[in-house]
Amino acid sequence: MIRIILNTSNLNIGYKSKKGVTTIGKDLNLNLDSGKLITLIGANGIGKSTLLRTITGIQKPLSGNVYLNEKEISRYKPLELAQNLSLVLTEKLPPSNLSVFELVALGRQPYTNWVDSLSKEDIDKVQQAMSLTQIEHLASKKHFQISDGQLQKVLIARALAQDTPLIILDEPTTHLDLLHKVSLFKLLKKLTHETQKCILFSTHDIDLAIQLSDEMIIMTPENIVQDLPCNLISNGSFDNLFKDEHIVFDAEKGKFIVS
Amino acid sequence: MANKKRNTILFVILALGLLLMFFASISLGSVMIPVKDVFTSLTGGHATKSTWEYIIINYRLPKAITAVLVGTGLSISGLLMQTLFRNPLAEPYVLGLSSGASLGVAFVILGAGFLPSFLSVIVLSSYAIVLASTIGSTLVLFLVLIVSEKLRNTMAILIVGLMFGSFSTAIVSILSYFSTAEQLQKFTFWTMGNLGNLSWTTIGILTFCVGIGLLLSAKSIKPLNALLLGENYAKSMGLNFKQARLIIIFATSILSGAITAFAGPIAFIGLAVPHIAKLTFQTSNHTVLFWSTLFFGSIIMLFCDIVSQMPGFEVTLPINAITSIIGAPVVIWLVVRKRNFQ
Repeated sequence: MIRIILNTSNLNIGYKSKKGVTTIGKDLNLNLDSGKLITLIGANGIGKSTLLRTITGIQKPLSGNVYLNEKEISRYKPLELAQNLSLVLTEKLPPSNLSVFELVALGRQPYTNWVDSLSKEDIDKVQQAMSLTQIEHLASKKHFQISDGQLQKVLIARALAQDTPLIILDEPTTHLDLLHKVSLFKLLKKLTHETQKCILFSTHDIDLAIQLSDEMIIMTPENIVQDLPCNLISNGSFDNLFKDEHIVFDAEKGKFIVS
Repeated sequence: MANKKRNTILFVILALGLLLMFFASISLGSVMIPVKDVFTSLTGGHATKSTWEYIIINYRLPKAITAVLVGTGLSISGLLMQTLFRNPLAEPYVLGLSSGASLGVAFVILGAGFLPSFLSVIVLSSYAIVLASTIGSTLVLFLVLIVSEKLRNTMAILIVGLMFGSFSTAIVSILSYFSTAEQLQKFTFWTMGNLGNLSWTTIGILTFCVGIGLLLSAKSIKPLNALLLGENYAKSMGLNFKQARLIIIFATSILSGAITAFAGPIAFIGLAVPHIAKLTFQTSNHTVLFWSTLFFGSIIMLFCDIVSQMPGFEVTLPINAITSIIGAPVVIWLVVRKRNFQ
């Protein structure tokens, strides 16, 4: 059964500064459903981060609302939000001696007591997350001893251990080669179908996103649309993605071609 | 879980080491006292000589307790700072607290010359010095807290702390320039640190302050673990970051402020001990690090105290010099031996 995990109603996003209000998106009505892999694409500087920051409650919308499980996101207490929404960020981890197991176990923080000790349930969830992402063999390695592709899986496992219906990832496929990009996409797809979570992530790998995601959100200067990849191709949404006459979208092949 | 077993063994060794050091610190000193008499004095009996009993109860025991309080307090505040600022070089000094204390003391000792002679006698009493350094560090603490409320960036707080430090140092050098040789000597002695000369009452006050600081630190164990992944991840895991940061800064301030007030600005311990604990236990889990830092801090401080007054020597060397002389090579050795220094 599919249910709506996050939706926005007439959401206007952007930011206020001394010079005035900069609007990035208007009247957004997005739906993030359970069991779906949704990708967010758009050119650099188009405002993907602002959108992600707004729907994760870090930044306030200009107007309109974001509802997570039918409750306004701004009404969530930090701990409650952490039990409903987990993130995988692009930023580099600060230096530490954390092992892979310890790092994944940090995902249990919203559930642990004040001394941060792991219950049997916590350990089960951590091991489950590690087996879903197939990183059990790395458990005792330090996080700085593994490759970028492995680290990305570890960070996803941490988000899984946080046990939230929605996971949002910010450009998880950057720095990875094609092989690891594909395996990460497939892993995320498998996770959504096996756990009925909703996973939303931003990416620049449009070809892969078209082939592997259930739905896509496309950001262009004109508008922000959400639909199935095939519908987006047929209604020509990709044509305006890049403002450059040398980059053309080939609707038959489903990818961009440089002319 | 081989790690757990290893940690248990290490903790048993540390606990035994602490007991041994504590007893050694009480037994050793410029006056030789037989071990049997040390025991009887400590257990409330009468030693062979009443002077021995007096030395043990009113001089060596308070000093050993002070060493434990100073060692644990400074080390724990170093641990908190290093994780909060994501900087292996952070320690209580970086918040400018010790500099604030120094400035307060400098004003009292070096500035007393500007006062009429009858006033300067009152001002130079040892209580006045403690008071001045407390006021100095508290003022800097409040400035840091105000700044940290305004600034979102933790690195900016670090820079502001360093600036407070430079500012205080500059004022102290101006004051030194205009003061007499006698005043300078007195000030220099204070900066060398001193674990002795604390009455039981002052130890009570120090215990209270360190106790509060350690309780707040223990409460910060979970936020500190979350901060290992950086501010944004910590927030996404449900951490109330501003509140956690305030508690951590307050804990550090009360620990290092009180200690500097009573024992002088003791260098190195706050920086080195957390690294020794991290390198020995090879972990970043703050539950483990909290306890290991406590043990290492007190053991190392007691050891430095023993060295500073080697049995058979009449003079007591400045504790501040000993902490650096012993500690720096230990850290260098650990860093070189274990390549993956974090």
